[in-house]
Amino acid sequence: MIELTDLTKRYGDKTAVDHLTVTVRSGTVTGFLGPNGSGKSTTLRLILGLNAPSSGAVTVDGHPFTDRPRGLRHVGALLDAQDIHGGRSAVAHLKSLAVSNRIPLRRVGEVLEEVGLAEAGRKRIGGYSLGMKQRLGIAGALLGDPPVLLFDEPLNGLDPEGVRWVREMFQRLAKEGRTVFVSSHLMSEMEHTAERLVVIGRGHLIADETLSEFSRRGSQATVLVRTPEAAALAAILTAEGADVQPAAADSAADDDADADGDAGGLAVVGLPAPKIGELAWRNNIMLAELATQNASLEKAFMELTADAVEYAAGEAR
Amino acid sequence: MSTMTTTAVSKTSVPLPNEPKPRFRDLCRMEWIKVASLRSTWLVLLVAAAATVFINLNGVRSDIQYLDNDLAHPTQVLPDGTVWHFVYNPLFRSLSRIAVQLMMLGGAAIGALTMFGEFSTGQVRTTFAAVPKRGGVVAAKITVLCTITTVLAFVVALVSFLGGQAMVASRHVGLSITDPDAQIAIAAYTLVVPVCALIGMLFGALIRNATASIVAVVAFLFLLPAFFGGDKYRWVVEVRHLFPDDAEQTLAFWHKDPYQTMGKWPAGHTHAWLVYAGWAVISIVVAMVVVKKRDA
Repeated sequence: MIELTDLTKRYGDKTAVDHLTVTVRSGTVTGFLGPNGSGKSTTLRLILGLNAPSSGAVTVDGHPFTDRPRGLRHVGALLDAQDIHGGRSAVAHLKSLAVSNRIPLRRVGEVLEEVGLAEAGRKRIGGYSLGMKQRLGIAGALLGDPPVLLFDEPLNGLDPEGVRWVREMFQRLAKEGRTVFVSSHLMSEMEHTAERLVVIGRGHLIADETLSEFSRRGSQATVLVRTPEAAALAAILTAEGADVQPAAADSAADDDADADGDAGGLAVVGLPAPKIGELAWRNNIMLAELATQNASLEKAFMELTADAVEYAAGEAR
Repeated sequence: MSTMTTTAVSKTSVPLPNEPKPRFRDLCRMEWIKVASLRSTWLVLLVAAAATVFINLNGVRSDIQYLDNDLAHPTQVLPDGTVWHFVYNPLFRSLSRIAVQLMMLGGAAIGALTMFGEFSTGQVRTTFAAVPKRGGVVAAKITVLCTITTVLAFVVALVSFLGGQAMVASRHVGLSITDPDAQIAIAAYTLVVPVCALIGMLFGALIRNATASIVAVVAFLFLLPAFFGGDKYRWVVEVRHLFPDDAEQTLAFWHKDPYQTMGKWPAGHTHAWLVYAGWAVISIVVAMVVVKKRDA
């Protein structure tokens, strides 16, 4: 379990982490989401005591991590796959870590085997691809068999097989009762990995809840209705309290009926599909199509963090 | 699910019963593996050591060409009428200044490398995540660094001294290893290298960047003293005596040649040893403080 209490980190007059209070629970994979520059990596460094907080506190399983003389049996961390000296071999790197924490040297072979680097273990790390470095970083995190694991953007550079493997491993680690805290700037990466989400933007906490709770936060489900009597139906639905807009043309670009113009599309927010069907039936309006568009997590994430995007492309802010 | 989570929490939250006691020597082993597994370390040290021994022995070899002539005619009357009696300085070539500067440079580079190698690559975050108590890591780095540089510099000094004396032994101008002057010179020649390694480590810890650290430590050890040359002002000479290179010269100076002097306001041996010790202590203390205080 990781507990952040009113955690704040300032660099000069820039606040990277702003009064963050979060509890990351054990036994579950917690996704840590935020746009680029939102303070995710800084938060992870604060957890590990690599950076000192300006104010507030953070504990891992009840103790500040910096109170531990040796860390690998308490927290395994992959912060940046590049945080490694390229001149050594993977074996030498892991051996140096293992001896410092009195971890038996057989663990080096075991974790290299586990991450699929057994063959490349004696080669210089400088020659590794990003994906191989990610695997090596994961091997280092697993070395001490710790109850708490932190991973900063672990899926970067991994091939699809590697992504699947990492996800299954995270879920297995969580099932074993460990705390697994995984950061990402892509919602799609977390969608099939995490059970809970901690979302931050500009160092502020935006959300701390389960994945399904989070998905409900985004825009409500939109129902797409297609009918020859669009105007009549729109009036009825509006009277029932729904927000009705003409459906965007591109959402039905492949629909033949659209070209005829006799089946206008409506995007309805605020009424569920069965209710719309019932209302249409009662008013003798024929429906050509009635479909609920699932609110995507990605969309929820984009909407929630829109105000907190630090580095937006395009026009100057 | 909730019951499973609860049991899991209690399982993982108890202090780990079988965690071994942390030991300092484990950190030294970690640092030793790190140093030993980098080719660049060995390359720098072995090239510096080989070049140092070569320069020293080659210097003695070139002396021998003139030695027999000088020994045959030891007394000469110079044009201005002064009488000059030849005295062979057995330390000047065998433990030469230019060669020890090479070892100082090698030591400083290795010392800087132990720090910037961690900080410039980000390796330091991996290291401190494994060992959150940073003081122990720095202490282990210092132990390993000083051990390697001291052993290597001692071997270099011994080979240079004994080799050089053996080459002039048939002329009976060599110095015995039991001579106190020889022992002080060898000790000075050896210990200046770990002192420079510690200074290099200090610059590496302060600057953290590879090129800038090396440039800064070279400028400090070899360029800065050049600004305090000459013997016009006493304070200038006294500032010069504070640099390790100057202290090494003071300790290795051969006092039995009446025609050579150390110039005005020479420093004593105690002063020179204190300069060595002072730089070692300053480097260790400052490196320890900056590594502990600054974000990794």
